[in-house]
Amino acid sequence: MATLDSKIPEGPVEKKWTNYKSHVHLINPANKRNLEVIVIGSGLAGASAAASLAELGYKVKVFCFQDSPRRAHSIAAQGGINAAKNYQNDGDSDYRLFYDTVKGGDYRSREANVYRLAEVSANIIDQCVAQGVPFAREYGGMLSNRSFGGVLVQRTFYAAGQTGQQLLLGAYSALERQVGMGAVQMYSRHEMLELVMIDGKCRGIIARDLVSGKLERHFGHAVLLCSGGYGNVFFLSTNAMGSNVTAAWKAHKQGAYFANPCYTQIHPTCIPVSGHHQSKLTLMSESLRNDGRIWVPKKKEDVEALRKKQKKASQIPEEDRDYYLERRYPAFGNLVPRDVASRAAKERCDAGFGVNATGEAVFLDFTTNTRRYGNIEATKHGHHNLPDAEIMELGRGVIKEKYGNLFDMYKQITGVDPYQEPMQIYPAVHYTMGGLWVDYNLMTTVPGLYALGEANFSDHGANRLGASALMQGLADGYFVIPYTIGDYLSTEIRTKAISTDHEAFAQAEKSVQEKIDKLFAVKGTQPVDYFHRELGKIMWEKCGMARNAKGLQEAISEIQKLREAFWKDVRVTGEKDEFNPELEKAGRVADFLELGELVCKDALDRNESCGGHFREEYQTEEGEALRDDEKYNYVAAWEYKGADWELHKEELKFENIKIAQRSYK
Amino acid sequence: MSENNMKITLKVWRQRNNKAKGALETYKVDEVSSDMSFLEMFDVLNDKLIREGKDPIAFDHDCREGICGMCSMYINGQPHGPLQGVTTCQLHMRSFKDGDTIVVEPWRAKAFPVIKDLVVDRSAFDRIIAAGGFISVNTGNAQDANALPISKELADRAFAAAACIGCGACVAACKNSSAMLFVSAKVTQLSLLPQGEPERQSRVLDMAAQMDAEGFGSCTNTGACEAECPKGISVSNIAHMNREFFAAELNKK
Ligand SMILES: Cc1cc2nc3c(=O)[nH]c(=O)nc-3n(C[C@H](O)[C@H](O)[C@H](O)COP(=O)(O)OP(=O)(O)OC[C@H]3O[C@@H](n4cnc5c(N)ncnc54)[C@H](O)[C@@H]3O)c2cc1C
Ligand code: SF4
Ligand code: FES
Repeated sequence: MATLDSKIPEGPVEKKWTNYKSHVHLINPANKRNLEVIVIGSGLAGASAAASLAELGYKVKVFCFQDSPRRAHSIAAQGGINAAKNYQNDGDSDYRLFYDTVKGGDYRSREANVYRLAEVSANIIDQCVAQGVPFAREYGGMLSNRSFGGVLVQRTFYAAGQTGQQLLLGAYSALERQVGMGAVQMYSRHEMLELVMIDGKCRGIIARDLVSGKLERHFGHAVLLCSGGYGNVFFLSTNAMGSNVTAAWKAHKQGAYFANPCYTQIHPTCIPVSGHHQSKLTLMSESLRNDGRIWVPKKKEDVEALRKKQKKASQIPEEDRDYYLERRYPAFGNLVPRDVASRAAKERCDAGFGVNATGEAVFLDFTTNTRRYGNIEATKHGHHNLPDAEIMELGRGVIKEKYGNLFDMYKQITGVDPYQEPMQIYPAVHYTMGGLWVDYNLMTTVPGLYALGEANFSDHGANRLGASALMQGLADGYFVIPYTIGDYLSTEIRTKAISTDHEAFAQAEKSVQEKIDKLFAVKGTQPVDYFHRELGKIMWEKCGMARNAKGLQEAISEIQKLREAFWKDVRVTGEKDEFNPELEKAGRVADFLELGELVCKDALDRNESCGGHFREEYQTEEGEALRDDEKYNYVAAWEYKGADWELHKEELKFENIKIAQRSYK
Repeated sequence: MSENNMKITLKVWRQRNNKAKGALETYKVDEVSSDMSFLEMFDVLNDKLIREGKDPIAFDHDCREGICGMCSMYINGQPHGPLQGVTTCQLHMRSFKDGDTIVVEPWRAKAFPVIKDLVVDRSAFDRIIAAGGFISVNTGNAQDANALPISKELADRAFAAAACIGCGACVAACKNSSAMLFVSAKVTQLSLLPQGEPERQSRVLDMAAQMDAEGFGSCTNTGACEAECPKGISVSNIAHMNREFFAAELNKK
């Protein structure tokens, strides 16, 4: 049985990684050429890992389900990437980034991993700039920074509202360079559907060619899962339509523990749901909270008038507005962490102050800062006593420069011009802190199987700070795995490539084939999406922003029933040996229907509130999350046991940061 | 105000696979809301087709936020439909009227063979990038990011070119199926930046050679690509690439 040895190196936290790197086993270049690594996923984590490993000489195969590696979901990240560069001279340091991340995660992450993340963060920016990533710059030619939630320094690097795109295109170009040199074989439009285990080690995968429908066998000395997060278990989320848990779930069922599944991040600033046809939700980047102020009316009659469209936001006078984040959290104001901002929005909307017809929206208002920028511009250009309209126009120019693409997107989706009227926003599922349990090497509990990026659980505890996912994905891929994989592969240099005729490959392929046949055999009446939507409703209502024991128990039995219904009544059209998006979806939803239960189970088991996990039974008098450090200061790692799961605990030790009640007041 | 019962007639290209013959088929979709996105209308139609036991329409999509470049519909004779600067997934039904008939086809180009219905194979773009669309820097070799100041003006221009999402609308819009807008955007981004300088000449030659090998047509400056590009990539990139190309050719000899 696998044990939970996190393999944290000895020594003081700031020396661990340096010591580790000086002592980890190395592999000579000739041996690297005979070692094969499979990478599932071409997002920031996968592309950066694959390129870096190929540069070192390993033979690499990369898989993604999109038609090109450049389209991985990372492409959609908007706001920015953190790094402890201290370019602004505002007091940043590795320690500060480490501290902010552990505190932001509500003291539920592993110190050693987070410190390493902070340590390598600066190198990421250097690497990306060298690749030609066009980050925003100041007039003097230096890189520009902005603030994100939960911190008091400016350490976020960005490229307009398209940071993920630019970072991914950088990693993608490094990947394609290796493809061009023959060091990486790329398998686009391929979906990994099973792990192959031989003698207790992960030795390869079964993948489906999504164009021909054929199942393929691929051997690897090691497999890296860089397959992203599972937010789509909620159906509606800011994730791309194809984002799914399948790769991680197959690994889970082969013995990889799943850690903290209930830690899901609900992002406070997303475009509200517009109707039942809704297929996904769109994020409005956290960076907007640098310049946007969040409010609802103080008076119910204003709320009514807004809902009936008898009044516009701009007609409500300043003194009748409740800037509730500034009121409740004066130290951090609109830049409190996401979990705090989301709950505060829910609190106001539940109290009846939601500003749209559904009652589920608050304002994100740029007027104050538009005017402030307008005044700065006017002064800069020597204009005095300009009328307000002209000042606002100048200010809008500055806002457009900073957030133009987000404003355009908002207008395109809602039909409302946010330069004129404040945005309406509401929280939505965005990111999953939980994921496959990994040790310091990023290895799961299955030998030879690693998890990187959003697919692992490692660095963000119970709540991730904005702009830290991109940092983590690239840290894992560029700077961590190239070292830590040596620890394992150095013991594998005598293992010859195993033929895919091996019995284990045949068995794995057979089991995938049977699952596909089983899906077609149901021949029911309801489309796959129907079940996904129903699952999403249960998850959102009972395991969303606020959870309680009764609701979670209900959710578990409702999900079990829904799963039964799925296997009795789902209709999968088309054939197995052709391009068939319905079949792909069916397989993913089948896995979500199992994962959903585990998420609720974990949420029920954790009798405390922390970060994104808010249990109504555990809150302070002011409605803040109430942790229980005596009983729950651990990572919950779940082992799959067929009909149920067994819980394993990794105790968290805080040796460098004093664990405290998290306060942003 | 959202309107909930537009009736739309769709004529959609159906083609079982690469070898099969395709044809337009007609579908009626009722209760289209003006708040729906174009792809959400397809979701509704597919839901109906599945319930009727028919094969749903295959189309590419993922982010539905206008950034991944996956969606690719040729709508009433225009890639990504009637609006400027908007991808198919960001097109909303408020841009259409009750009773409209809309014709939807896949991107058409020799270098983009149809896989099924509206789905085409754009892997040629990846191969062009693999041929030279990068700066050769291995992980771990970089100097401090601020050691090399780059003027804001230059960084902004590089960013504007780098905003290309690789969707292929430029190719679909062009009567010659030229990929020049896509390729020139990458060439321009990397040639503007000092980091890209060492490989400036080989890059443009290698990418151009791969572009030709993939079977894209040549550019005759019609400007159709720029008009249909959802990310506002400018044809000035093409002029820039031509200058880079001729300079590199001259140097080679
Ligand atoms: C709208 C949005 C905005 C965001 N903005 C920010 C931001 O500003 N800053 C920040 O730090 N973070 C942001 N995030 C979070 C961040 O983008 C993600 O956490 C991160 O990009 C995940 O990267 P990844 O490499 O782990 O996975 P992904 O980029 O999700 O890549 C997953 C890859 O795995 C492949 N894959 C999955 N399953 C399989 C399978 N079974 N077989 C084969 N391939 C498979 C996919 O094809 C894909 O290539 C944002 C997230 C969203 C949704
Ligand atoms: S240049 Fe424009 S149209 Fe062409 S691929 Fe890039 S974004 Fe698409
Ligand atoms: S689906 Fe990503 S750009 Fe349209």
